[in-house]
Amino acid sequence: MSNWLYLHRRAIAQALGRLAGQPLGTLLSALVMGIALSLPAGGYLLLDNIASLARGVSGTPEISVFLDTGAGAADASAIEKRLKAEPQLASFRFVPRDEALGQLERTGLGDVLGGLSANPLPDAFVVSLRTEDPAVFEALSAQMKAWPRVAHVQLDSGWVKRLHALLGLGRSAVLMLAGLLGFALVIVTFNTIRLQILTQRTEIQVSRLLGATDPFIRRPFYWFGGLQGMLGGLVALGAVWLGVMALAAPVATLAESYGAVFALSGPRWPESTAIVLFAAFLGWVGAELSVRRHLATD
Amino acid sequence: MIVFEEVAKRYAGGYTALAGVSFEIRHGELVVLSGHSGAGKSTLLKLIPAIERPTAGTVRINGQDVSRLPKRAVPYLRRNLGLVLQESRLLFDRSVFDNVMLPLAITGHPPGDATKRVAAALDKVGLSGRGKEMPIGLSGGEQQRVAIARAIVNRPSILIADEPTAHLDPDSAAEIAALFKSFNRAGVTVLVSTHDASLFAESQPRRLTLAKGLLTETV
Repeated sequence: MSNWLYLHRRAIAQALGRLAGQPLGTLLSALVMGIALSLPAGGYLLLDNIASLARGVSGTPEISVFLDTGAGAADASAIEKRLKAEPQLASFRFVPRDEALGQLERTGLGDVLGGLSANPLPDAFVVSLRTEDPAVFEALSAQMKAWPRVAHVQLDSGWVKRLHALLGLGRSAVLMLAGLLGFALVIVTFNTIRLQILTQRTEIQVSRLLGATDPFIRRPFYWFGGLQGMLGGLVALGAVWLGVMALAAPVATLAESYGAVFALSGPRWPESTAIVLFAAFLGWVGAELSVRRHLATD
Repeated sequence: MIVFEEVAKRYAGGYTALAGVSFEIRHGELVVLSGHSGAGKSTLLKLIPAIERPTAGTVRINGQDVSRLPKRAVPYLRRNLGLVLQESRLLFDRSVFDNVMLPLAITGHPPGDATKRVAAALDKVGLSGRGKEMPIGLSGGEQQRVAIARAIVNRPSILIADEPTAHLDPDSAAEIAALFKSFNRAGVTVLVSTHDASLFAESQPRRLTLAKGLLTETV
């Protein structure tokens, strides 16, 4: 174990030495990778912010469950029991028909309603869910429609559907972009490692003559690829944060003009770590492919 | 112990470098391999650390058949051999110390002990205190000494050298030959190919002579 650790420490030191030995090349590679990664990372962050902005502007989506006008207190109580048993529900409130009429009168329709002989409005429940998933809304709505004494279920999910569709489209675009640029990053590392192998050819040959195993020879290249990817990831994070700082003020002003309070948020710790680790992984993959291709015949 | 049994080596294209060579070298022997250029000396030496594989016959090192050794086992065979090639094959971007340290780094030797071993190896080849120098600043003979230090730092029981004095002036060549003789006196089995067998004459080594891939003389 200690021997294994020593060999890895040595490989890391070698990889760091190679990175430091060609500062310009290292900087340019990190910039290329960082800029490539900052596009999908920035796109993801933008979608995340749009989703949270939409939630802030439109409130939580709800389902309105209207009972038929002949339903009594016992029927409302039965519906309430069913709602309490539903695990997807975040909360619900009962709106009695008299309260609904009162709300309607306060909107300025008092004169119109005064001409009616009886209250035409039904009792209703307004339900909030734990999720914004349109599929869950649809399923619950269909379920509630089948309950006794339920006359109509109004799904307040039109905007949720549209938002989800838009965010889904955006996520797909970001994924495609990430895939393409990730592939480019792998190619960049592949080529860098190829050049490394060419310049280290004598050392590789001598090491093999002296009894070096394949893992011993390959290890520094893996670390080199991983570390270079990690540097690229850090550059990408830096670029994203720069973008967030540059856009924060204009976005806040725009949101204010719509009467909303909104602050653009940058990547959090889990996202930042994921970006750096993903970049390191891509670098390792590039190194692995290059090493397999260029050391196999050496 | 090194044993060759009817060993042949034919390269792609039909060139026969060795044609049925058999001999045995016992532990602690000093053996000089001689012959003209193209006689097959380098090929014969490359078969021992499995740099080349025979097309027929068997090569045994300390009882192990290296001619059929799996590729993954080859590095471990080479760690037990000291190899000195015709060109020093030093890493010119590393210091003398780092060059000699390389075999110990490969085996994952603890740094403290490795440092002592490198110093001892450099001392044995007469380069004590010159570890920080770069190989490019050394003479041809000194570079070859570094290569020898690198070959012995792992304390191998067998030392193989392919024309280690080829590009050296007579004085340097004699000094290098003296080093091999001293290692042999310390109990190391030494197989060295050379055009100038007289460099080793005073030690009365066993002599193998190759001509056109055949062993023509065993003395």
